[in-house]
Amino acid sequence: MKQKGWKELKPGAVVTEPGSALNFKTGSWRANKPKWIEENCIQCLFCWTYCPDMSVNVKDGKRGEFNYDYCKGCGICARECPGKKGNKAIVMEEEGK
Amino acid sequence: MGSNGKRIVAVTGNEAVAEAMRQVNPDVCAAYPITPATDIMQRFTGFVSNGKVKTEMVLVESEHSAMSACVGASAAGGRVATATSSQGLALMWEVLFIASGTRLPIVMALVNRALSAPLNIHGDHSDGMGARDCGWIQLWSENGQEAYDNMIQSFRIAEHMDIRMPAMVCLDGFIISHSIERMEYLDDETVKNFVGGFTATNPLLDIEHPVSYGPLILTDYYMEYRRAHAEVMSKVKNVVLDVAKDFEKISGRKYELFETYRMEDAEIGIVVLNSAAGTTKDAIDIFRDKGIKAGLLKPRLFRPFPYEEVGEALKHLKVICVMDRADAFGASYGPLFMEIASSLYMYKDKPIMINKIYGLGGRDYMPGHAEQVLAELAEIAKTGTVKTYKDYLGVRE
Repeated sequence: MKQKGWKELKPGAVVTEPGSALNFKTGSWRANKPKWIEENCIQCLFCWTYCPDMSVNVKDGKRGEFNYDYCKGCGICARECPGKKGNKAIVMEEEGK
Repeated sequence: MGSNGKRIVAVTGNEAVAEAMRQVNPDVCAAYPITPATDIMQRFTGFVSNGKVKTEMVLVESEHSAMSACVGASAAGGRVATATSSQGLALMWEVLFIASGTRLPIVMALVNRALSAPLNIHGDHSDGMGARDCGWIQLWSENGQEAYDNMIQSFRIAEHMDIRMPAMVCLDGFIISHSIERMEYLDDETVKNFVGGFTATNPLLDIEHPVSYGPLILTDYYMEYRRAHAEVMSKVKNVVLDVAKDFEKISGRKYELFETYRMEDAEIGIVVLNSAAGTTKDAIDIFRDKGIKAGLLKPRLFRPFPYEEVGEALKHLKVICVMDRADAFGASYGPLFMEIASSLYMYKDKPIMINKIYGLGGRDYMPGHAEQVLAELAEIAKTGTVKTYKDYLGVRE
């Protein structure tokens, strides 16, 4: 996206377009990446509930892959994940490994 | 009321500011008491209690909260006003930048008072000077009449659609805030028509058009927003002049970016803000009677500072003394001196300039002090020799 010059900005940095955070992809901040292990997932949706952003894609009441465009790798989902029989459905991996 | 719709009254500076606020009838006022501005809000809350205004009065627990509530109310879409002094302004400091950066046209009376420590409640410009670069417009006032007139004009300036910036109206603590003067009030209808209705821009309460205030702006855009802010400030002086022209039509009182007194053929001059200008004008008359060509320049619009116009008005002088009622510790000169020096910097031939720090913490500035300064300027003009570029006036050794 071409960056705007100072003459094109909204006065006072007021955001007049609702939901415009969609345009600001914060995934590049991430150092650690959550990995979803589907066979350990009981679909409790704790990860979706606890995610401070909107990085857990849910369709028809079931989670799918992470949306890495917005995931900053905070690790809350991995921490909260109850997993199945002691095996986590979300683990954090160092980005780039 | 006189036949011309003016009321001649004998009131204090604070009373006059409160009266201007009553006549403007802002939607919201959030305030916390502090000497010597307390009196403004005390009178104004009286107007609220007695149904003289429809203002929503928010009594808060600190000035930080007062300015925060003003920011919220202004972003919500209201016309907002408040008043403070000294420590109160200091406590508002971080929120002042939020008000200006968010382009909220809040109007605030600042009754200038010294800053602690040592604790002092009297007239001093340290508070206003400390906030001079916070992005607000600053109008300074010599007396109660000017404070009243500046208050009324400030709403028009701050709320102008090309500006939308908060404005501060400065008046000297006690010397003006608590002294009774003869002045002229405009009638309510005239003020109401002059100020006009408030037009909100992107109000939070317009739920059909949801907006967000205060986003995080990082390295990619912060500088562009600051550049845009600077551009708005460059437009302020013309708006100030336009509003002053309209104000002259309703009041008969003429305002410009600054006032000059006996400057046309002057060789020596004093630059001074606020109430000390009145005292200085009397001393200038005495020197004029002695055949010494003395004059005065009193800035009115201090932020944004009208560098070109001030430079033009001063460049013909031989010697100037800039008087500062605030020191700038660790800097070479007082804050007003630095602005005047900047105004004259681009001229090849420029006046000799000296700086006097005077009146700190309400220390009296007497006609004798002004005469002492003028005598020194006359001597420098004659000999071309400066003994001390920066000195303190009326301080015991």
